[in-house]
Amino acid sequence: MIRVSFLSNLINGISLGSVYAIIALGYTMVYGIAKMLNFAHGDVIMIGAYISFCVTQYLGLPAWVSVLASMLVCTLLGMTIERLAYKPLRSAPSLAVLITAIGMSYFLQNIAQLIWSANPKSFTSVVAFEPLRLFGGKLIVTDEAIVTVLTCVVIMICLTLFTEKTKMGKAMRAVSEDKGAAQLMGINVNMTISVTFAIGSALAAIAGVLLCSSYPALMPTTGSMPGIKAFTAAVFGGIGSIPGAMLGGILLGIIEIFGKSYISTELGDAIVFAILILLLLVKPTGLLGKKVNEKV
Amino acid sequence: MKKKNNKTFISNLITYAMVIIAFVVISIMQEQKLLSYSAKQLLVPVCVWIVMAVSLNLTVGISGELSLGHAGFMCVGAFVGAVLTIITKKTIDNEALRLIIAMVVGGVAAGLTGVIVGVPVLRLRGDYLAIVTLAFGEIIRNVLNLVYVGMDQETGALAFGFNNPNLPGKLIVNGPQGVQGITRISTFTMGFVLIIFALIVVLNMTNSRAGRAMMALRDNRIAAESVGISATKYKLMAFVTSAVLAGMAGALYAMNYSTVTGAKFKFDTSILVLVFVVLGGIGNIRGSIIAATVLTILPEMLREFSDYRMLIYAIVLIMVMLATNSPAFKQWLDIAKEKITGLFAKKKEKGDTANE
Repeated sequence: MIRVSFLSNLINGISLGSVYAIIALGYTMVYGIAKMLNFAHGDVIMIGAYISFCVTQYLGLPAWVSVLASMLVCTLLGMTIERLAYKPLRSAPSLAVLITAIGMSYFLQNIAQLIWSANPKSFTSVVAFEPLRLFGGKLIVTDEAIVTVLTCVVIMICLTLFTEKTKMGKAMRAVSEDKGAAQLMGINVNMTISVTFAIGSALAAIAGVLLCSSYPALMPTTGSMPGIKAFTAAVFGGIGSIPGAMLGGILLGIIEIFGKSYISTELGDAIVFAILILLLLVKPTGLLGKKVNEKV
Repeated sequence: MKKKNNKTFISNLITYAMVIIAFVVISIMQEQKLLSYSAKQLLVPVCVWIVMAVSLNLTVGISGELSLGHAGFMCVGAFVGAVLTIITKKTIDNEALRLIIAMVVGGVAAGLTGVIVGVPVLRLRGDYLAIVTLAFGEIIRNVLNLVYVGMDQETGALAFGFNNPNLPGKLIVNGPQGVQGITRISTFTMGFVLIIFALIVVLNMTNSRAGRAMMALRDNRIAAESVGISATKYKLMAFVTSAVLAGMAGALYAMNYSTVTGAKFKFDTSILVLVFVVLGGIGNIRGSIIAATVLTILPEMLREFSDYRMLIYAIVLIMVMLATNSPAFKQWLDIAKEKITGLFAKKKEKGDTANE
């Protein structure tokens, strides 16, 4: 029996971790290229979930259409935010950009509150097939968990191929390495940053839909805590590194679920943060982060 | 050299004068009953947020370390201070004295937490430091959510419990419900005293040998270390001082309400204080004071827009950041200024020729 509950926790952890990983990918890509912490990322997740909710609930369209619609809206939203709020500040001190991102986060939360009110909406899951029953029905793997993990793996593979094989991906890596040199090589830096935001926001939309499929209460503040956790995951894995975000996200999800079920429900978050601190003290750039040598 | 000292002296004098004049004016208005109820409610919070902003400016502005967990120290100060006032209610009659003791002990407790957090954390740099301070802030809040303290009504004996509410006596700290049954003894005068205290500490520290060492470390850590400035020592000094002041502000804040819960000191609160610091100008103490005052009052002023209030707040925040930092916007502003002055100049010229 103990083994079954352990497995069930592990599956929940991996499923939650996959959501964190998808969000963390957005954080880490934007950080790698624009060197900014995009605090509004968590709120893009929330907007994505709301769009999907509206499309299925009010327009009565099938779930896959709603996911596509929310990806489209979030992509446009991400690019607009970048164009209006972050692009004018490209040469400004990083703290100024951070505060602007925080302002953007407030803005999105309040817009959502005006449109959809602060009352939680109950999100209907976008996946609806029979959950998997193993060990004679003792271990139930929910359909959401299966889809979440699969999506995460597919996204990971696509993103790796994209950054390694395509021209745009190469441009992204070049910009994250050295903006000035990339520009001299004829790379359109602004366009590259824009595309990064677009990809990050589209991923955020998927993450929002998956998150709310597993945890159905949808509110204007739904995105903020997963956003912070995913940011923690990105740092955990080494910020700026795509496999790092993936690894960090999944580890963090597992730690959170195990902490909550074996140690204390209330201390779940504290355990996650404590492990992050311990890791950073031993390895200050995260699990897979590159050590940057200081130049004098 | 002499001249420069004079300049900072005058600048500091202006800061003190500003606070004192504001205090005198508001006190007179209060005497004359010119303040509305909601304005009076704002007095202590404004003082608290000013102290928070000034103290965070020491870490972020002077020492140059981005901290996102400042509310954690405030939380420690608030809990310790609040519990202390409840315990000493029978032994110390004088409310002001009780408040001062609570603030001092709250500050010391927050300072100790600052040492515990600071020693390991200050080894990290930049964004990593930011995320770890954020993590510590959340841990402090999460742990305090599980603390229970019971007090026997007669003997005053205390019983502590962790994640265990079954304690003898009446619960004064009740886990997620926080500290209950606080007497509201915070006053505007005490808030003013705390602001002046914080200003004396921060301004003197900035203009001392230690402050110069901190700024040198901020501007170029390697160069500063190579001339023998200990990075750990001065960074820790700034961090702990700032934690002590935040703890004192927390105690003052707690005593302004009848209950205080951990939920009030979330990550959002740390961000709010950071917004004050950045909007006021990083490293500029006077700016912090003004920004904290304006941004605490602004949401109340916008109350008539009710639903749109926080939306407007967000837009104002973004616009201010764009206006003060975007080169394109600055250029546009310069051109506009030139055009206006040009217009005036032309008119003047025309007027001159007409006179001839």
